[in-house]
Amino acid sequence: MTAAPSTSTSASRPLGRQRSALYAGNTGAVIRRGLLATRSTNYLVVLSGFFEPVFYLLSLGIGFGALVGSVQTSTGQEVPYAAFIAPALLAVSAMNGAVYDSTWNVFFKLNYSKLYQGMLTTSLGPLDVALGEIFLALLRGAMYAVGFMVVMQLFGLNLAWTALLALPAVLLIAFGFASLGMAITSYMKTFQQIEWVTFIMLPMFLFSATFYPITVYPEPIQWLIQALPLWHGVELVRGLTTGALSGMMLVHVGYYLVMIAIGIVFTTNRLRALFLK
Amino acid sequence: MPAPVITAQKLTKKYGDFTAVDGIDFEVAPGESFGLLGPNGAGKSTTMRMVGAVSTRTSGDLQILGLDPNDHGPDIRSQLGVVPQQDNLDQELRVRDNLLVYGRYFGLPRSVIAERADALLEFAQLADRTKAKVDDLSGGMKRRLTIARALINEPRILLLDEPTTGLDPQARHILWDRLFRLKEQGTTLVLTTHYMDEAEQLCDRLVVVDKGRIMAEGSPAALIREYSSKEVLEVRFGSDKNAEAAEKLKGIGERLEVLPDRILVYSANGEAELERITHLGLEPITSLVRRSSLEDVFLRLTGRSLIE
Ligand SMILES: Nc1ncnc2c1ncn2[C@@H]1O[C@H](COP(=O)(O)OP(=O)(O)OP(=O)(O)O)[C@@H](O)[C@H]1O
Ligand SMILES: [Mg+2]
Repeated sequence: MTAAPSTSTSASRPLGRQRSALYAGNTGAVIRRGLLATRSTNYLVVLSGFFEPVFYLLSLGIGFGALVGSVQTSTGQEVPYAAFIAPALLAVSAMNGAVYDSTWNVFFKLNYSKLYQGMLTTSLGPLDVALGEIFLALLRGAMYAVGFMVVMQLFGLNLAWTALLALPAVLLIAFGFASLGMAITSYMKTFQQIEWVTFIMLPMFLFSATFYPITVYPEPIQWLIQALPLWHGVELVRGLTTGALSGMMLVHVGYYLVMIAIGIVFTTNRLRALFLK
Repeated sequence: MPAPVITAQKLTKKYGDFTAVDGIDFEVAPGESFGLLGPNGAGKSTTMRMVGAVSTRTSGDLQILGLDPNDHGPDIRSQLGVVPQQDNLDQELRVRDNLLVYGRYFGLPRSVIAERADALLEFAQLADRTKAKVDDLSGGMKRRLTIARALINEPRILLLDEPTTGLDPQARHILWDRLFRLKEQGTTLVLTTHYMDEAEQLCDRLVVVDKGRIMAEGSPAALIREYSSKEVLEVRFGSDKNAEAAEKLKGIGERLEVLPDRILVYSANGEAELERITHLGLEPITSLVRRSSLEDVFLRLTGRSLIE
């Protein structure tokens, strides 16, 4: 004799009784959908995104690095050129994966496949959709970055044990770019505007202390670069892989936390304005 | 009478200065099949989106299942099934996965969804296409899949925005049959259409809307009785002679409607009117006596045809 029925009701009634208008606590459904849909993605395109920074590392780090010798980091350490640019490229690979997904793919789902519109006719809220899609973009960035770390390890470019902490750091970086990327994309109306994003990313990639110390620039330019997100990622990761921890790292982390928060808030509001107004 | 599942009072939606839905009132009883019939731009989809809790009304009152969509959007949506005017199936997922994933959006347990998905695929006559890509389905199949998807959460109200537009007659009849079964099972249906035969087939009661306003309300039969005659005589004299002939036809039938290509004579007895016309010495190129339809109701109410 058991009183079993009392516990079985929760299975048939979805979630809590009172749902908030923004969030149904069901981000998992959005993520699961994304993972299922990746079956139909073009893996060649996905892989090419991973190899781009790897090629930079091989050509510039190994080839060009033979001419350069060593370089001084912002914390005053002398490191081989390849070990200088590798952490920057690691940050870049996290950024690339997150941005590809949160711009091109999100734009398509937003404007052509009407995916979010469909999701928001269910009991999902815009925050569920935003978090789920950002997570998927983050995941792609994280995959690129983890792959890149393996390459770094193979070439002996992780100089200190603190390089392990670069893993959570690249997750943070991917999260930041995924979040802000999706927010920006949600305001875009044409594919051309997405091209601009890609266009802006190129100089950011080249000039964010990626290939040489930021001190080569006059001060105003340095400020500009330090205002952009990639520089914070590069500095954070470089400090970790070269084993030079500093208080500035908290600033870098803080920068990304703010970026993540802004991205989520704007994405959620925008989805609501687009599909629930 | 049981409490209505939808109550709209002075429901209004404006886009900027433009009023898409202009203060409409209606109620839908549980288990009823309710239709919005109107031409392009009448405000049908806009109304459906407000009822579906994905569009915020500008003013007026709206209660869905006793809840205000402004405050309880997700709660309401969890009890609705929605078939939008344009299919928005998940192209990146296969047929059955479309149902499974959609069920997860409602937070339903996996086992429940799997069971329902199989039953629904059977219901939608897609059981042999479970692994197909959505893109490879015909228009009618996509529509049935969309309906199946809308039923995964066992909704209390099913909203169908032009469920059969763009389908061939056979596909339409299959769909009507499926919708009829749902109705028999007690699901409340709210549908929009600009096909009067569809409205006559599926709706217990309907409102005729035009330019965001309700022009008339009632069952299809009652509307025809009220706004049209029993029969209609359609005569054609050739496009250049129509207007001239219409002059001479004055006084014939209860009412005349002169269209560019033909003249409609409303009367209880179409054949008798045709005889009177030939007695006048007029010889129509073609003539046809038929029963009145909702099309005639619409013409009477708005002076325009339903399908331009
Ligand atoms: N998001 C929007 N912004 C501005 N105007 C809109 C918007 N949605 C609809 N409208 C306008 O509101 C009016 C009613 O549109 P609605 O889609 O509700 O018509 P409908 O009755 O569904 O027509 P159809 O039979 O063509 O589907 C139209 O004039 C349309 O242009
Ligand atoms: Mg419409």
